[in-house]
Amino acid sequence: MSSPDTVRTRGSGIPPVLLVPAALAAAFLLLPLVGLLVRTPWSDLGTHLSEPAVLEALRLSLVSAVLATAVCLVLGVPLAWVLARAEVPGRRLLRALITLPLVLPPVVGGVALLMLLGRRGLVGQHLYDWFGISLPFTTTAVVIAEAFVAMPFLVIAVEGALRGADRRYEDAAATLGAGRWLTFRRVTLPLVAPGVSAGAVLCFARALGEFGATITFAGSFPGVTRTMPLAVYLALETDPEAAIVLALVLLLVSVVVLVSLRGRWVSGASS
Amino acid sequence: MTVHPGAGSRPGARRATSGEGDLAAYLWVDREGFRLDVDLLVPGGEVVALLGPNGAGKTTVLRVLAGLLRLTQGSVTLGGRVLDDPASGTFVPAERRDVGMVFQDYLLFPHLSALDNVAFGLRARGAGRAEARATATTWLERVGVSEHAGARPGRLSGGQAQRVALARALATDPRLLLLDEPLAALDASTRLAVRGDLARHLRAFGGSALMVTHDPLDAMVVADRIVVLEGGRVVQDGSPAEVARAPRTEYVARLVGLNLHHGRGVGEVVRLEAGGELHVADPLEGKVLVAYPPTSVTLHRHHPEGSARNVWQGTVAGLEQHAHTVRAQVTSASRPSVLADVTPAAVAELDLRIGAPVWLSFKATDTHVYPG
Repeated sequence: MSSPDTVRTRGSGIPPVLLVPAALAAAFLLLPLVGLLVRTPWSDLGTHLSEPAVLEALRLSLVSAVLATAVCLVLGVPLAWVLARAEVPGRRLLRALITLPLVLPPVVGGVALLMLLGRRGLVGQHLYDWFGISLPFTTTAVVIAEAFVAMPFLVIAVEGALRGADRRYEDAAATLGAGRWLTFRRVTLPLVAPGVSAGAVLCFARALGEFGATITFAGSFPGVTRTMPLAVYLALETDPEAAIVLALVLLLVSVVVLVSLRGRWVSGASS
Repeated sequence: MTVHPGAGSRPGARRATSGEGDLAAYLWVDREGFRLDVDLLVPGGEVVALLGPNGAGKTTVLRVLAGLLRLTQGSVTLGGRVLDDPASGTFVPAERRDVGMVFQDYLLFPHLSALDNVAFGLRARGAGRAEARATATTWLERVGVSEHAGARPGRLSGGQAQRVALARALATDPRLLLLDEPLAALDASTRLAVRGDLARHLRAFGGSALMVTHDPLDAMVVADRIVVLEGGRVVQDGSPAEVARAPRTEYVARLVGLNLHHGRGVGEVVRLEAGGELHVADPLEGKVLVAYPPTSVTLHRHHPEGSARNVWQGTVAGLEQHAHTVRAQVTSASRPSVLADVTPAAVAELDLRIGAPVWLSFKATDTHVYPG
């Protein structure tokens, strides 16, 4: 790992009592990834990747994560706007509750979703009785579980961007004859676009890696609800090499997310 | 045109009527320890400068007229249309008012080109894309920045951005144009050119215009009339020449560079509120104001001989370099504080230092006396 020049020139000044644990921490975070790369069956990579089960899991993961991100954008951006702008009573409490899924163990989220949308859940029983719809253990359930866990990331990023945006631009739009909705679309949203994209990328990454809520609420049915993380976990018992290859793909996606996120934030800060 | 300084002993007691001017506003706003109480009439086509120190309520006036802030009491009428009247519950929001605004730092939308910024208001008011762009192009040509039509605001200079902001506000053809310190963000050299152009565009603009500024020169060059606001109230209202010649408050006097004393005229003298008497050339009975320029005040080391009738001794309380002269402030326990302009040579000759005793004199004929 390369360190910036400033750190290197002052390196001699770091007390060993800090340097040793710092080096250990860095190794602790990086070595597992090295292990994964070392054990990757590079020669059989193509074969493993073209296995139908792998392709299926990859496709399902991408589709559900994209859909979950879309759901989060459509619902989360307005929610962020309300939290940042509207004068609603109990806004701070609402904000705290909405960010709860950030710290909630995902498996608890999965159980909670079952209690609400399961066939005998609060809402789910009516969905089933009246419309014959049963959500658990479907691809829709995967999207719901992912959106539940990932939405706070988007809401927090967009709310922060909205709070940081200069509201006087909205005043300017109003004096030019633009109503609230037009102002939101043509002025507010473009101004917070870097925040929205950063939030969407974080949201997508979180949705892609979702495990606990998905397996609890949606189960693990090949081609229907078995996303990449679930496939990795299951493959570890039957076909460790396939698990490594799947894990490598997820690692690659994460790196892409990280790079794109950095790019967004840098460009957002410089403009 | 009528303005009633301090008319609002009872809110709503006197309400401007639309017949008297295009913009008729009686503004009464109570906000966190600040009260705005302003009666304002602007005939169509008139350019009014709203002059005042920071915190006087100038921007609040603009925000109320634009519809970005609601009145507590009073009313705003533009061209006979009631825009804000809390008594009857009428409030027309900003986007449905016939009012354009140029903001202090322009607030051009950073993600739109100069052309699209100008076209924004036209599009918002229902024009098609091509039509809006064509009109916007004409406006950019009119203000002289058409070669920057495709540029984002971040790439425009201060003067260019100001012109785009003016074009954006004028393109929607408002009945009333509001300008919040439109020249404050410009450097001195750009300011001169932009100020002249702004005056020209406001002349060509048929509607009423209200420009907030704290620079008397901006007000003198651009406006037909100056309304001075202090502490949320109108303290003076008149043509630029009147305001420059006969300031009514210390603030205005300082802006236009005059000494100003309050007093009571008795025969050929004025008894000053701050103590002492002044001899004046044009006597006036009753409550009066006396103004005279610092250049007419002469300083001496000893009691001066000569014809000047106003002479007293004081102490130098301040010295400030002003272009080619030094402005000295002379205070006295029993007399008002006086500003005097002297040459740097005189400063050395008279050995002027802070705290030094000094005699001052000025002629009765240099004073201007008017009702206070």
